[in-house]
Amino acid sequence: MLSLLLARRCLPRRLACVPRRWHSAEAPFEHLNPVTEQDVQQFASILPPSSVLSTLPPLSTAASELDQYNNDWMGKYHGKSTTILKPKTTQQVSDIVKLCWERRIGIVPQGGNTGLVGGSVPIHDEVVVNLSNMNKVRSFDPVSGILVADAGCILQSLTDYIAPHHHIMPLDLGAKGSCHIGGNVATNAGGLRLLRYGSLHGSVLGIEVVLPDGTILDQLTSLRKDNTGYDLKQLFIGAEGTLGIITGVSILTPPAPQASNNVILALPHFDNVLPLYKEVKRQLSEILSAFEFIDRTAYDLAVKHGQGRGLTEEEVDGAQCFVLVETSGGRREHDEEKLNDLLESLLGADKPLITNGVLSQSPAQFSSLWSLREGVTEAVSKEGKAYKYDISVPLSTFKQVVDVTREHLRSKGLLHDGAVKHVIGYGHVGDGNLHLNVIAEQYTDEIQDALEPFIYELVASHRGSISAEHGIGAMKTHALHFSKSDVSIALMKQIKQLFDPRGIMNPGKVIEL
Amino acid sequence: MRPSPARLLNILVPVKRAVDYAVKIRVNPQQTGVDTNVKHSMNPFDEIAVEEAVRLREKLKNSIESIKLVSIGPSKCSETLRTGLAMGADSAIHIETPDSAPAPEPLGVAKALRQIIAKQEVGVDIVILGKQAIDDDAGQTGQMLAGLLGWSQATFASKVDIDVEKKEATVLREIDGGSEEIRCRLPVIITTDLRLNEPRYASLPNIMKAKKKPIEKLTPEQLGVDLTPRLQTNKVSEPPKRVGGAKVENVDQLIEKLKEAGFAAA
Repeated sequence: MLSLLLARRCLPRRLACVPRRWHSAEAPFEHLNPVTEQDVQQFASILPPSSVLSTLPPLSTAASELDQYNNDWMGKYHGKSTTILKPKTTQQVSDIVKLCWERRIGIVPQGGNTGLVGGSVPIHDEVVVNLSNMNKVRSFDPVSGILVADAGCILQSLTDYIAPHHHIMPLDLGAKGSCHIGGNVATNAGGLRLLRYGSLHGSVLGIEVVLPDGTILDQLTSLRKDNTGYDLKQLFIGAEGTLGIITGVSILTPPAPQASNNVILALPHFDNVLPLYKEVKRQLSEILSAFEFIDRTAYDLAVKHGQGRGLTEEEVDGAQCFVLVETSGGRREHDEEKLNDLLESLLGADKPLITNGVLSQSPAQFSSLWSLREGVTEAVSKEGKAYKYDISVPLSTFKQVVDVTREHLRSKGLLHDGAVKHVIGYGHVGDGNLHLNVIAEQYTDEIQDALEPFIYELVASHRGSISAEHGIGAMKTHALHFSKSDVSIALMKQIKQLFDPRGIMNPGKVIEL
Repeated sequence: MRPSPARLLNILVPVKRAVDYAVKIRVNPQQTGVDTNVKHSMNPFDEIAVEEAVRLREKLKNSIESIKLVSIGPSKCSETLRTGLAMGADSAIHIETPDSAPAPEPLGVAKALRQIIAKQEVGVDIVILGKQAIDDDAGQTGQMLAGLLGWSQATFASKVDIDVEKKEATVLREIDGGSEEIRCRLPVIITTDLRLNEPRYASLPNIMKAKKKPIEKLTPEQLGVDLTPRLQTNKVSEPPKRVGGAKVENVDQLIEKLKEAGFAAA
């Protein structure tokens, strides 16, 4: 009885206490120095006054103005940086970094700050180098489709820039209105077009990087073929800013498809996803550009938060999951014929794989169907606090992974309105990438402990990846070993040591120091 | 004494294939019109008209005998008609014009619709169409058709109620500063406003069913109407590009600039 009372009394406190991994109350990095007033003055001599924000004198900026740089958009990671720098040129970045190198001040490179793993906000009081002022397109060649741009260009604005030339960016993701191309490259962002255009390791042709000691590494070539020694740029793609700050990107953009169509299909059972994927691939072949999976709970959440006018409630009755198929091709009539044949054969089959569906009839409907899939992320953040796991697992285990996680939480007594409200799965079937989201009322240690390392072990048991496209950031450094062998991690550490022996670049991210 | 059963109602919905509203409009290099080599879809106001017809049937059940669509234009109009059929219309008429033909004007369209209505053996009780098309924004076809036929007209509808027994329509109209409720006798021409309803998406089974629904093809000649435009377009040009603003140092400079531009007394 007493213990029960105690437990009850302790519970609210436990909920209120700050989760330990995200809010490091521990001592700052031992090998790094905090920013001093003298440093701020030095920064102010490199950058124009409007490009330096610091709570330290002589600037004494209000702390609230630094909030957007210190916190991630989910409100999960909170840094305590005193100083934000917003350089305009590569030279300015180099000068800042050089100063930090000499003074051993930690640096967090920051783009649109749309990351999901806390890679773009400080852990302690590192300087934030925000690249939003480096937002110029340097060149675009409409013949080759090669775009060279500053790292701080917003993905959507690049899409708009090349649209009149009938080219599109090789990647597209929900955060396109805020995320920077530099951040995309640094995190090797995947997104919705990966199935069609491959990963950034292929489409990025060159990068310009400021190394941790301030040296500028100019690899901004626009050659499609260049087999001359080690391909250094590949190291920075996906390094999440731990090896240097990407300041410019040269990227190959594919020609814009002349026609796009999409369709949302309602499936009676998850087991139908794989046969459907096979059939869709076989029939649509080269025009298939996306195959996205949304489970029923995720669909209902998106609808609850304002998406999904496509299908009525009766039409989705009995559907266990949904699939969004997109086609892009060069000739509308050809694509539509293929798509129609596919849909006819799907609906006319003896044992139909689908129960219902909706085919967009206009560009407005096209984007509305997409926003159902893209709106899941937003719906999740409106619904509560999300634990987001972005994993690669074999396609056949998508549902199992979600169900096992839900049952695990239930067995821990955490699956109720006060704790975990929903466990949902959605993602890119074409890439074997599942977004497993656990939506809770609050971030608490209890839920955190129930989820980790449970999920990582689950992923490892399927020989999957604990981070398919979101990266490691601050969230998964401790779990890297679930996906990478000791030999790999040891090599990574050697590489980090080679580029950044003083450990100033995005400290505490990707690999543990 | 039993009341004699009311005659079942037939609805005609004229629809126009227009440049999709999400497409960025560009003037063609010859400055004779806009670039039409872009994505087209059903004029949004006509989509609302189709939706309303289908909803009337859902509400009045068997009192609605038929919902027929009609469209005038090049061969691709049949796609627009298929969309409407997938939303729930029963059949369609396509008055086909050559791909190179200029777009017909409201009077020509109204005259063609009059001929179509005359040809319907079962008659037409209600015509529902968009208040305007988003390409030429003329906003005249419904009114002209009502004039030609001498029928009631209820324009800019935001709510429609049909009394089958009394053969009456009660329509809420959007007017300046509010709304107006009118009652009119059938047959009636109703033009739709934006708030009337939110059109549904065509589901896959319905799209498949729509493929089997009949589309009757006619030519303007067969109807005995001349769709040649009576207006001549001299030139089409884009609105002037917005020029960027400039910063001034102080109030004096601001006043000086305003004077230069003629916005303040010299």
